[in-house]
Amino acid sequence: MTSVAPPPPAEIRWCGVRISRLSRRRLANFRANRRGWWSTWIFLALFLFTLPAEFVANDRPLLVWLNGELYVPVLSSYAETDFGGEFETEADYRDPYFQQLLQGSGWALWPLIRYGNRTVNFALREPAPAPPSGNNWLGTDDQARDVLARLIYGCRISVLFGLCLTFFSSLVGIAAGAIQGYFGGWVDLLFQRFIEVWQGLPTLYLLIILASLVEPNFAWLLGLLLLFSWMSLVGVVRAEFLRARNFDFVRAARALGVDDITIMRRHVLPNAMASTLTFLPFILTGSVTVLTSLDFLGFGLPAGSPSLGELLAQGKRNLHAPWLGVTVVVVLSVMLSLLVFIGEAVRDAFDPRRSLEPSGSAG
Amino acid sequence: MSLLEIQQLSTTFSGSGGEADVEAVRDLSLNVERGETVAVVGESGSGKSVTALSVMQLLPYPQAYHPSGSIRLGEDELIGAPPALLQSLRGDRMAMIFQEPMTALNPLHTVEKQIGETLRLHQGLDRDAARQRSLELLRRVQIPDPEQRLESWPHQLSGGQRQRVMIAMALANEPDLLIADEPTTALDVTVQAEILTLLREQQIQLNMGLLLITHDLTLVSHIADRVYVMTQGRVVEQGVTTQILTEPTHPYTRKLLASEPPPRWDRARSSVPVRPVDASIEATGRATGPAHSSGQVDPPDDLLQVDDLRVWFPIKRGLLRRTVGHVKAVDGVSLQLASGSTIGLVGESGSGKTTLAMAVLRLLTSEGGIRFCGHDLQLLKNTQLRALRRQFQVVFQDPLSSLSPRLSAFQIVEEGLKVHGIGGHYQQRRAHVAAALHEVGLDPASMDRFPHEFSGGQRQRLAVARALILEPRFLVLDEPTSALDRTVQLQIIELLQRLQEQHDLAYLFISHDLRVVRALADELVVLRDGVVVESGRARDLFEAPRQQYTQRLMQAAFTRSVGGFDS
Repeated sequence: MTSVAPPPPAEIRWCGVRISRLSRRRLANFRANRRGWWSTWIFLALFLFTLPAEFVANDRPLLVWLNGELYVPVLSSYAETDFGGEFETEADYRDPYFQQLLQGSGWALWPLIRYGNRTVNFALREPAPAPPSGNNWLGTDDQARDVLARLIYGCRISVLFGLCLTFFSSLVGIAAGAIQGYFGGWVDLLFQRFIEVWQGLPTLYLLIILASLVEPNFAWLLGLLLLFSWMSLVGVVRAEFLRARNFDFVRAARALGVDDITIMRRHVLPNAMASTLTFLPFILTGSVTVLTSLDFLGFGLPAGSPSLGELLAQGKRNLHAPWLGVTVVVVLSVMLSLLVFIGEAVRDAFDPRRSLEPSGSAG
Repeated sequence: MSLLEIQQLSTTFSGSGGEADVEAVRDLSLNVERGETVAVVGESGSGKSVTALSVMQLLPYPQAYHPSGSIRLGEDELIGAPPALLQSLRGDRMAMIFQEPMTALNPLHTVEKQIGETLRLHQGLDRDAARQRSLELLRRVQIPDPEQRLESWPHQLSGGQRQRVMIAMALANEPDLLIADEPTTALDVTVQAEILTLLREQQIQLNMGLLLITHDLTLVSHIADRVYVMTQGRVVEQGVTTQILTEPTHPYTRKLLASEPPPRWDRARSSVPVRPVDASIEATGRATGPAHSSGQVDPPDDLLQVDDLRVWFPIKRGLLRRTVGHVKAVDGVSLQLASGSTIGLVGESGSGKTTLAMAVLRLLTSEGGIRFCGHDLQLLKNTQLRALRRQFQVVFQDPLSSLSPRLSAFQIVEEGLKVHGIGGHYQQRRAHVAAALHEVGLDPASMDRFPHEFSGGQRQRLAVARALILEPRFLVLDEPTSALDRTVQLQIIELLQRLQEQHDLAYLFISHDLRVVRALADELVVLRDGVVVESGRARDLFEAPRQQYTQRLMQAAFTRSVGGFDS
């Protein structure tokens, strides 16, 4: 035996992030859950499909080629005169007049769906809401806007909102729980009482009152909901920290002279992460639902914004147009089910009885 | 016909997730006659507990299974027996006592309910009859105030009393076979002897067969009629107790018997050349001992000096949480420790040993003076203290819980270097860690493994390496060998002895195991209920303890290994 240090271990890295063996094992567990694994891919595919919504559903062409010049209407706006028209206002690409301009000397490359989220289809032959047709694949809503286009934009905003809210509320929640659990005593006592009071505040009424004062937008809503949603993780993280702070390895670290913040970050947090991560998909589900319900009630995103909740409300108002209600209910159930399946798979993957090495039970 | 007859028993745990099956017990044959005490001895992982649970058929089936063998209790074959038959046998004809009486008793039930349960189940007694019988059983296991104890909850009983309640429960239906799985391991030495005597008496009175599972060969020597020695799932030696003790044939049995460390004063004190420091230690040792008196003038080269240390926890009552009294965990303890020497701190559980150590390390708030290397630790600010922590380190009892499960061995050991900004860059730190691992007898190539991939003894070496890498002058060892097997204990003690000589380390060695303390301590402090009962030179105290309490401790720890119970 020599006292020469062995070379640093070969590490498996993925996008620069070091993956420990435990994580690999958990990943393998996660993959072993076929339902969760497929749900993840389907959800990711849907999310990636809706993310560039402007390129998927838009009332402007992606590219226009006219008289030897290339235009990109999806990114910048052009006046009608740029294409040889009469007005200096922005070109209306869906107008038959624009088709005439193009004829013979150019072409336009359209996105998959030729409607934006606010495009009103003036060419409808019947009163809005119109049933599904070759033009409007899922029909139109009561303001003659394409349902599929609004769905794509609506999904994107729901998921993005959910992700943002989940991220920020876990950040705040973990920090708050960690401080309470680690220091305990008076800090914990006061913080806990504060949370109890804070939880008692009626969130919905607060939102309604605020909606009458300011026009809520994405950031406003995010901030407001964040004020109340961070508490969901506090309990779990606090419990884990309370448990871990009396562990011998934490005492050993204190005896080594390690400061509190490092102990929390390096020794306690990794042990608390498993139960925290398990919660995240469910918090995401909750966040999506919250935004949908606020939009449904009309206290959410500003009027005219594409959102699942708003579409749901339309479905309720127009029961004679079942394509509205059916579409949004199907989309919502599929999305939430996928998230729940993912959450279950994550939970099982982090289950210590499965992911830790089985210790010899012989004795 | 034997009461219990096990033939060619194998027990296997099927591996999960593509791992190999674990053969916990292989081809084991064993029999227990009525009125006989049979001991199964082995270290952890030897399969002795699995054997006991196989008899009770309490293993997690079907994850565990028996590829071969038969277990017969009287006429009944237990392997593959229908659940209804097993249920009627368990608690009635065969009963079991577990190691940890706290977790084996339901915390939500009173003693009366716990004992009464098996009586009502198997004998169909009504409430009053069950109460009468429970009372009788409590008297039988010699619990003081049995009437009051019936109403007690498990947490209100001491460890020894809980184990007595467990025995009372097991005896409730006067079983033919009693299985005791490490019945005394979780108990203090003085209580251990009482419990074993009780078991022996009951076994004779009820003419039971007693199957005693233990890791401690010497412990069972005077109550077992026959002994089976197990290692790695196999019986390597069996026979009449006296024969096994006097003429062991298998090398493993010999190793088990020889694993008692020699006393410190018998050990030649240097494989290393004696340095002048050593001489001064000897002088100091003589100067301070044997009697302890607080008014004594201390030698100037004391590394650590503790004066009248007190740790009192307030008891708060009532609505306003007024302090009505104190739990005096440590009450007025003074110590002097010179560099290179060892103070052994002994006492039973609850005597305040660990609290005292934590207070000395300033991991607990305390009152009284702690001087270390000329600094008054009580007056230092946190930042100053943090810098000084390099000089005094600690090794805990359970090596698994004292190592962060998510950090590799390298990360665990290097942490101290990082905190104190020593050890240079990454490659240099790896070299430092490698040297430290080598020093404690671990292969440096294993530094990137995680704690759960090491054995118990290796983990404890790792914990020692973590403390040593900062080159401390003083080490608190809080029961560093208690969680380990006997043979591994010996290795760790040898390691500690070697390190002390090489680095001139001072130890505060805490243990309830006097045999281990004897191997290391220059001086001995006996603690009881937070107060020093007796202190002085270790040899004097071991050879001629003056206080009654110390005498009792010594007797419980040593008589059983030399003489017998009758003495």
